[in-house]
Amino acid sequence: MSIVSINDHARATRPTIVKDAAVDVAVRDVVYDTKELNLWYGDVHALKNINLAIHEKEVTAIIGPSGCGKSTYLKTLNRMVELVPIVRKTGSITYNGRNIFDKVFRVEDLRTRVGMVFQKPNPFPKSIYENIAYGPKIHGIRDKKVLDEIVEQSLRGAYIWDEVKDRLKDNAYSLSGGQQQRLCIARCLAIEPDVILMDEPTSALDPKSTAKVEELIQKLKQDYAIVIVTHNMQQAARISDRTAFFLNGEVVEYDKTATIFSKPADQRTEDYISGRFG
Amino acid sequence: MPHPKLSTSHKSSVSIRDMIEAKKSSRQLGAKLEKGIPVILLLIALVSILTTVGIVLTLFTEMIEFFRRVPIMDFFTGTVLKPLSQTPEFGVLPLITGTVLSSAVAMAVAAPVGLMTAIYLSEYASERARKIFKPMLEVLAGIPTIVYGFFAFTFVTPLLREIIPGLEATNILSPGIVMGIMIIPMIASLSEDAMRSVPNSMRAGALALGSTKLEVTGRVVIPAAFSGIVASFVLGISRAIGETMIVTIASGSSKNFTFDLTQSMQTMTAYIVEVTGGDAAAGSTIYYSLYAVAMTLFVFTLLMNVLARYVSRRFREEY
Ligand SMILES: Nc1ncnc2c1ncn2[C@@H]1O[C@H](COP(=O)(O)OP(=O)(O)O)[C@@H](O)[C@H]1O
Ligand SMILES: [Mg+2]
Repeated sequence: MSIVSINDHARATRPTIVKDAAVDVAVRDVVYDTKELNLWYGDVHALKNINLAIHEKEVTAIIGPSGCGKSTYLKTLNRMVELVPIVRKTGSITYNGRNIFDKVFRVEDLRTRVGMVFQKPNPFPKSIYENIAYGPKIHGIRDKKVLDEIVEQSLRGAYIWDEVKDRLKDNAYSLSGGQQQRLCIARCLAIEPDVILMDEPTSALDPKSTAKVEELIQKLKQDYAIVIVTHNMQQAARISDRTAFFLNGEVVEYDKTATIFSKPADQRTEDYISGRFG
Repeated sequence: MPHPKLSTSHKSSVSIRDMIEAKKSSRQLGAKLEKGIPVILLLIALVSILTTVGIVLTLFTEMIEFFRRVPIMDFFTGTVLKPLSQTPEFGVLPLITGTVLSSAVAMAVAAPVGLMTAIYLSEYASERARKIFKPMLEVLAGIPTIVYGFFAFTFVTPLLREIIPGLEATNILSPGIVMGIMIIPMIASLSEDAMRSVPNSMRAGALALGSTKLEVTGRVVIPAAFSGIVASFVLGISRAIGETMIVTIASGSSKNFTFDLTQSMQTMTAYIVEVTGGDAAAGSTIYYSLYAVAMTLFVFTLLMNVLARYVSRRFREEY
């Protein structure tokens, strides 16, 4: 088990939280570092002074009752939240050391490195093949052979290749909901992001499809940092390395998942995970 | 089961179930009516179908009479149209080129402008900008075509003649452009509807992959709305083909067979106006020629609709 990050120079320039890294969780580089983030929708103060570090090759779960700001936080990480015109924010989020709100950091570049999977599967109304090839194509990859290769790799990566390899020309909406969601994950993989953000990716799926997606997340974390919003606490406990508990726009507690679920520091966390509210 | 509120507050009051039972008889009539509804609605729907069939049949029988007098090949391949001459000739090609060219000019104006307007309104405009823009478009759509014709003749043609010295006082270019302006609101509004009905989740999916707004519009929204956009274009073309007043006023009545937009030409519709406006004696060949031209016009619009159905089905993206 590697304890120390290889790239010391990078470490020195990146704010890295190590204080909670015990021996059973390797110390990993921080991909995203959120500092004193506040966000408002008009007058609604949706995120209050958030400080959170997200580590590479880990699954970070965000839990909390509905309306507490989980989706808002996730959408802030790839700046999709700014599509709502009334949003205002203060504070900073660095992505690999660069402030994502910085004018010189093009939002398209950020989103090319950070994939997102939505609550409801949202494939494009195109063929399975075109869904995967869309990302590489807009980023300038035209060579048919290369695209074929990427499509196969991505579909394999999302463990859906065997189910769709004979029907790549079919419309994506001919797939089942669970397959559509894995197709959307494959669509992310096709642009080789570093981070994948998932907003309740299994809440619209049946148990069997959910299990498949969870299994997939476990495999993906070998290569990607994954941030997953979930209202299913068993799911957070099963698949995540760290868990952040949000309540009314604040982070009540953020720690290793094992700690959060066995001996939470805050009474409110305990109440929530034991099902007393939410 | 009695309603809890009713049964607790008034022990003796009737239950809801009883009330429903009591009303049952008065609903008998309604039930009978319900059976008759499909038949009544079918009859009403038949009115429009029968009217269409009636019109087509009339056109057809009168057209047959025309083709007894003028060989069908002379009509469809003839480039000379001289209905009032001592030695009349009834070639329809001058009218077809007039119609096709004026519609082509109209679409060259209306398709890009209408689509760009739709893109702006659907993808870029703020809620406020749209609230101002849309009613203005509707005003444009509500202007009577005679006003457009007048506008083409007295304003657009003189303006164009400044730029194109060879332009005749009556020409096909000016009414073509003005017809295009007339059609813009229709294309803009129908295309915008089609684009706005593309779910936002698809835009979000594309943006999250690092697309720019233009890429989202061009590669996701427009393809998803394609059948609606094609439908708006076809309606636009049909409108242009069927438009009468603007070309009658601004293009004159020369029956030139040419592809030169600066010249005066006549469209099928304008020909029908001219002939019915003059005194075409019933039973004369020129009278029957109306039906042959009208039938040709009808076939044109029919073909457009068939083509549109094919195109929109062929390229439809279903979601
Ligand atoms: N587009 C929006 N406009 C205004 N308020 C919003 C918008 N989206 C979310 N909110 C508000 O922000 C708060 C957090 O919402 P959200 O992040 O969606 O919560 P969660 O994902 O935890 O259920 C809620 O109070 C919600 O009403
Ligand atoms: Mg949410």
